[in-house]
Amino acid sequence: MRVRFWGTRGSIPVSLTWRDVRDRLAQALVAANGRSLDTFEKACAFADQHLGFALSRTFGGHSACVEFEPGSDEYFVCDMGSGARAFGAHVLARQAGRPAIINVFMSHMHWDHIMGFPFLGPAYVPGTTIRVHGCHAVLEHAFRLQQDPPCFPVTFDQLAADIEFILLTPGETATVSGVRVTPKLQQHSGASYGYRFEANGKALIYTTDSEHKLEERYQTDEFVQFFRGADLVVFDAMYSLADAVSVKADWGHSSNVIGVELCQMARAKRLALFHHEPAYDDMAVERIFAETKRFEELTRADHRLEVIAAYDGLEIDL
Amino acid sequence: MMTNVNLTRHNYASAMVLTPTGRLDHDNCEAFREALQPYLQEGGELGGGIVFDLSTLEYVSSAGLRCLMIAAKEAKTLGSTILIAAMQPVVAEIFQISRFNLVFDTFPTVREALNALSPESAAAYGRD
Repeated sequence: MRVRFWGTRGSIPVSLTWRDVRDRLAQALVAANGRSLDTFEKACAFADQHLGFALSRTFGGHSACVEFEPGSDEYFVCDMGSGARAFGAHVLARQAGRPAIINVFMSHMHWDHIMGFPFLGPAYVPGTTIRVHGCHAVLEHAFRLQQDPPCFPVTFDQLAADIEFILLTPGETATVSGVRVTPKLQQHSGASYGYRFEANGKALIYTTDSEHKLEERYQTDEFVQFFRGADLVVFDAMYSLADAVSVKADWGHSSNVIGVELCQMARAKRLALFHHEPAYDDMAVERIFAETKRFEELTRADHRLEVIAAYDGLEIDL
Repeated sequence: MMTNVNLTRHNYASAMVLTPTGRLDHDNCEAFREALQPYLQEGGELGGGIVFDLSTLEYVSSAGLRCLMIAAKEAKTLGSTILIAAMQPVVAEIFQISRFNLVFDTFPTVREALNALSPESAAAYGRD
């Protein structure tokens, strides 16, 4: 199973500014002082080997959109944040004129998770089938509402694709085009749902916009069971633990520390930090990533958990 | 498996020093919270503040950190305050990674924490 991250930022898309780019370029030039980088290839190798991620790359700024390929001709994607525009372009390029079947799974309908849908190219292609799965009764209403005047020039009914809305039941496993899908209710304003996807012997957990209040042990145990043995857990790590349980309690998000603990208890193989705080720049996300890896080392017992920080454009084979 | 955190108490003038020993995690944090209650009450009556001496605490999980934060809030409503002292390196790193070092005032030693509460408490600690 391949997982492809099209949008990893939380709450609102962000972008580098001209000053960010200028400063990075200047730092890279200073770091290269004395080296002979007279070809593009040499410069790329230098960037890859000697400059940190936060200087030579970026975690990106699109809001939530994560695709996975279970080995099917159909497409599977979680959430329709602003990353959905790039996902749609990818689908169009790959299909080369053939209509696509896209299975969408919605965590919830807050704006940062639906805002990319009006820019999803395949929605404008006749013959395309889009099945939007979710657990909220207002699923279709939310998609239609954001395209109503005066918010968007193209109404939902003008889209050319055949679009269905399919309600799933939390806690009940459904099979969608060969993929076993189990939604789980999560703590978030208006409720959100995490998903466990299972196909070809691999398990992917998509759990974003989910607060873990740590008040009752059974709540923790439920998520441990949900994550059990997963090959990858895509986890809302927006806040520090201190913020998540104090000033930002009830804001509906979680932390890197809780992500590591839950994955360790569940003996999951890999944790992807996700839904990055939009106020953080790349240096801050990289620092949190390094600290999270260190936390995993400090708290490791007999199970090693691999920690990664998701970024726009990241592809992982499970 | 549930294991209780051993908790000892010493008073120094108007301040109280609480020393948890072992691991504070998801399994025992609620029992720890309950065990703290009489000490928080008494600490409020003493009026000089409470120092958590973490020199024998081997590990603290997110649930344990939340317990400490709730204890700090409860202490505040009782007119007291909680300071953290003498963390082992692993626990100090967990405080830093979780940013709980920004929530609590932390001190390298119990003496320094007591001195921040009152010179009398620090002096009493020195005589102990």
